[in-house]
Amino acid sequence: MPPVTLRLKEPLTGVPLEAESISPDLFADRSREEIEALPVAWGNEAHRLGDFFQVDGERSEEIEVEGPIGRVKWVGSAMTRGRIVVHGDVGMHAGSYMRGGEILIEGNAADFLGVEMEGGLIHVKGNAGHRAGAAYRGSKYGMRGGIILIEGNVAHEVGAYMRRGLIVITGNAEDFLGARMAAGTICLFGQAGLRTGGGMQKGTIVCMRPVELLPTFAYDCTYAPVFLRILFKGLKHLGVQTPPGATDGSWRRYHGDLADVGKGEILIPA
Amino acid sequence: MEINGVPIDETYAEAFTMHASRVLITAFSKQWALEAARSMAGFGTSVIGCGCEVGIEGVEPEQTPDDRPGVNVLLFAPSKKAVQEHLIKRIGQSVMTSPTSACYNDLEAEDRLSVGGKLRFFGDGYQISKRLEPPIVGNGNRARRFWRIPVMDGEFVVEDRFGVQKAVAGGNFLLLGNELPDALQAAERAVEAMRKVNGVIMPFPGGIVRSGSKVGSRYKFLNASTNTAFCPSLRRQVQSELPDGVAAVLEIVIDGLTAEAVAEAMRVGIRAACGPGIVKVSAGNYGGKLGKHQFHLHQLLAN
Repeated sequence: MPPVTLRLKEPLTGVPLEAESISPDLFADRSREEIEALPVAWGNEAHRLGDFFQVDGERSEEIEVEGPIGRVKWVGSAMTRGRIVVHGDVGMHAGSYMRGGEILIEGNAADFLGVEMEGGLIHVKGNAGHRAGAAYRGSKYGMRGGIILIEGNVAHEVGAYMRRGLIVITGNAEDFLGARMAAGTICLFGQAGLRTGGGMQKGTIVCMRPVELLPTFAYDCTYAPVFLRILFKGLKHLGVQTPPGATDGSWRRYHGDLADVGKGEILIPA
Repeated sequence: MEINGVPIDETYAEAFTMHASRVLITAFSKQWALEAARSMAGFGTSVIGCGCEVGIEGVEPEQTPDDRPGVNVLLFAPSKKAVQEHLIKRIGQSVMTSPTSACYNDLEAEDRLSVGGKLRFFGDGYQISKRLEPPIVGNGNRARRFWRIPVMDGEFVVEDRFGVQKAVAGGNFLLLGNELPDALQAAERAVEAMRKVNGVIMPFPGGIVRSGSKVGSRYKFLNASTNTAFCPSLRRQVQSELPDGVAAVLEIVIDGLTAEAVAEAMRVGIRAACGPGIVKVSAGNYGGKLGKHQFHLHQLLAN
């Protein structure tokens, strides 16, 4: 089936739109009229999706959104299958609680991208905001599976409380990358901010550039972990090229955070 | 039927259903991958005495998960549980111990056995699990979990689960030679050709067995004994299957992931073996009473 296309009728300003209903799970078996009738929230008012978007197509697991929709929240939240392509920016909470399928964002993603997701792939061609792949306040764990690939920069606390899965950032990260991580893998190609891995219990943070570590991380050895070869080969499938020498090179391994369990690791090229 | 002037007996090889896994071993170099694979395949000739049959596949893997040189090993055992037990023992003792090695599943199958998930305990609490999702491991819809076990040269990476499937073991043919060197050269030619077939192993030394067996024995404690009908030295003492002029018989046993793979290996092997010094080609069976699979030589070679 051809994709269902959504176009904003009027640019959104002021109060953002909450549109969990933009999900392939809900579009797959619905006619155009039924899709238009799906509920969205605008402030404290209940509306129909069709009040804000022009809908073309029906009964498809593929959704194309003509952006930017930077003030539309919860796009693809809890989706389990299918594909969403956003031609432009997307608002907060995109792909949160996601369990499967794919979201491609051609612009930037706001905060809380893929928070507590369990599966699937989120690919952002621009930047992402705070707490991508992290946990919501009060939750024990963040991302529990799946992949987030961000080709630009990210803000604070990305991957915080992460439990499983993979976050790849080809740009820079601000502070507290992987803070309180419980497991999983973060691969940062650019420069890390302060307190990377602060409070991490387990998990792996691969930093392609030198990073200022907390004093609660201890140097172990310089070696060539075979796992990185598997990871970097896998990244090629996502179209991510690792720097020359990364696959065959040596890595300095630090373990920490010793202020906590201390079984996390940060790997930095030797 | 004759091939290159060699008569082919109108008989069949009788083979059995077993369960099999395929293990991909990688290492820093081809040499070290082979060292680990040879060690893993050691003492894995016959399920009768070894509990499993293990061998290195002749067809090399086109690619490996870590892009290092790799070798495939096939392991056959009577049950899934037996496959799991032997994988754990052999990977634990022969692959994990081999410098620079890593070990991956290379058989996509519905049933999967926990292997790395058991070996991980060697890490004494310092093992690390890494679960990679399908988009980056290219594994259909299945994620793959790898265990990183700290060892003295760095880390040993082993996959959590290994696929297991029903397979065929005990395909065979017999080369009846004028002299031992003739039979040996023919068997070597056969094995060389058969190693180009995907999904098969010839588990005996060099792919060749000289002590073929029959079911039962005159001793109560032994359930298999020498194949008296094909022993030249017993030609006048037992009901011999050997025509005049045969001084040596060598057997090639084939285990394969599928019956088609075994049949193909037998076909190319027999064709390669037939040549000067071979009096006849035959095959071993038990009257069709024991094995599920029958490979009729004339049918195989007619295709």
